[in-house]
Amino acid sequence: MAISEKDVKHVAWLARLALSDTEVERFAKQLDVILEHAGKIAELDTKDVQPTAHAIPLKNVLREDKVGRCLAPEVALANAPHQEDQAFVVPRIV
Amino acid sequence: MKLFELTIHELHEKLVSKEISAKELAESVFSRIDDVEERVKSYITVTRDEAFAKADEIDKKIASGERIGPLAGIPTAIKDVMNTEGIRTTCGSKILDNYIPVYTSTAVKNLLEEGIVMTGKTNMDEFAMGSSTENSGFFVTRNPWDLERVPGGSSGGSASVVAADEAIFSLGSDTGGSIRQPAALCGIVGMKPTYGLVSRFGLIAFASSLDQIGPFTKDVTDCAIVLNHLIGHDINDSTSVKIDKPDYTKALVNDLNGITIGVPKELMAEGIDPKIKAVIENALKLLEDNGAVVAETSLPNIEHSLSAYYIIAPAEASSNLARFDGVRYGYRVPDAEDLIDMYMRTRAEGFGDEVKRRIMLGTYALSAGYYDAYYGQAQKVRTLIMDDFNRAFADYDVLVSPTTPTTAFKIGEKVDDPLAMYLSDICTIPVNLAGLPGISVPCGTVDGLPVGLQVIGKTLGEEMMLRVAYSFEQSFGWSEKPKL
Repeated sequence: MAISEKDVKHVAWLARLALSDTEVERFAKQLDVILEHAGKIAELDTKDVQPTAHAIPLKNVLREDKVGRCLAPEVALANAPHQEDQAFVVPRIV
Repeated sequence: MKLFELTIHELHEKLVSKEISAKELAESVFSRIDDVEERVKSYITVTRDEAFAKADEIDKKIASGERIGPLAGIPTAIKDVMNTEGIRTTCGSKILDNYIPVYTSTAVKNLLEEGIVMTGKTNMDEFAMGSSTENSGFFVTRNPWDLERVPGGSSGGSASVVAADEAIFSLGSDTGGSIRQPAALCGIVGMKPTYGLVSRFGLIAFASSLDQIGPFTKDVTDCAIVLNHLIGHDINDSTSVKIDKPDYTKALVNDLNGITIGVPKELMAEGIDPKIKAVIENALKLLEDNGAVVAETSLPNIEHSLSAYYIIAPAEASSNLARFDGVRYGYRVPDAEDLIDMYMRTRAEGFGDEVKRRIMLGTYALSAGYYDAYYGQAQKVRTLIMDDFNRAFADYDVLVSPTTPTTAFKIGEKVDDPLAMYLSDICTIPVNLAGLPGISVPCGTVDGLPVGLQVIGKTLGEEMMLRVAYSFEQSFGWSEKPKL
């Protein structure tokens, strides 16, 4: 077993996904099959191989530090599920 | 021939010579949509009023004697993964059911400035995760060749829309084959450009190091025309490359004398339907008849592509999809007790199963204790696969293979077996890992269903890739259409 139901619960918590018990059971089985297949790459010898994060060479791109165009507050808030006084409203945190 | 059946280059001539108006063209395409959409179900949103307003605008330009570009007045569908200002953009997900973007993605903006008439937004697998469009949060799209079969995915709606003549061309996105695979299954041309050639600004991110926007068209000429207007550096996408824009239509030469074509033996091995292999072998003969030198080559590490991809893509997705939290846009559960409860239930109710699977896979592969074994190792395997391609491209101008291991499969056939579904992208995924351009062109049928030939180019080698695809298309003379 590459992944247990306990692992699935932990990963779902890290990813902020509420799962029912039947979902945990189903996903554990499916993820196990996928991870078993994906885990085959562990067999490859990659001791002297550099990792690739991007297929093209990338470097930091910097721009001049000046104000550009940006969204007006009412535009930025246009899709908010709940807004008030130019702010996104969320349930109480503390 | 009805107007909706024609290509961009044919319609452009008719518009310029005033044989037809943009309004007549839009009427033709929308009457086709009225006729077949109920059966095919390509569109999540149809933008009829906006389309006719735009067609009017183009007609006024033509009437006033203004020169119009090759895309002006052409009815175009856009995959619902690209932001369009003021027009609902769902990404195929319930979590974005009510999302109205406040800006337009650069690729779409480039085409709108060229005068396209946008017909609507097409169905897709949720967040572009899937190979059949069955993972859409809304409905299943059908393959115009056989309504009981899938159109492929994730850009299934953008493929079916062109195959069913519900738009003249469309845009899709390709992370592991999501343009080329559905193009093959629907019998049309689909192309993924070199990573970085087309700006990803405004493309809702799935796996940022792999995603690329590209066109679905009826022929290779149209593909080159669209590509001309799609590309270019964008200040809003730091991964977009700075190059002098070529005119890709100049690459459309029907002659392959002296061109070398490699056929990776691993992509003609077991796992590929023997009937598909036979169709591809005929295509290879045709390429030889056109003057190309065709030989077998090898990409020894390519068998590990699927494994590496299903670690890298979900890892990037788990990070990209963290933004869907119910705070700034999209769905939010109405009765959350506290912030954590809001996050957990908003995401549980808003995302479908495949998206949840990939978020969990990626989170697992990046989590403490597993990072080196999965994500770190997958990134190294990515290097090995790129090295394989580089070695092959030292000897060959392009590589060719089948686009897919099978023709379109039945709706429901693979929904309960994620790994079986993933295997349908086995020929296309390596190309994304290496950031290369790839195109699928129709090359025949098996049991009445279309087969695609994949041509893979070098980095920024779109011109040679298009030349080979064009030359093949001209001598093959594909004219079959689905009967709807």
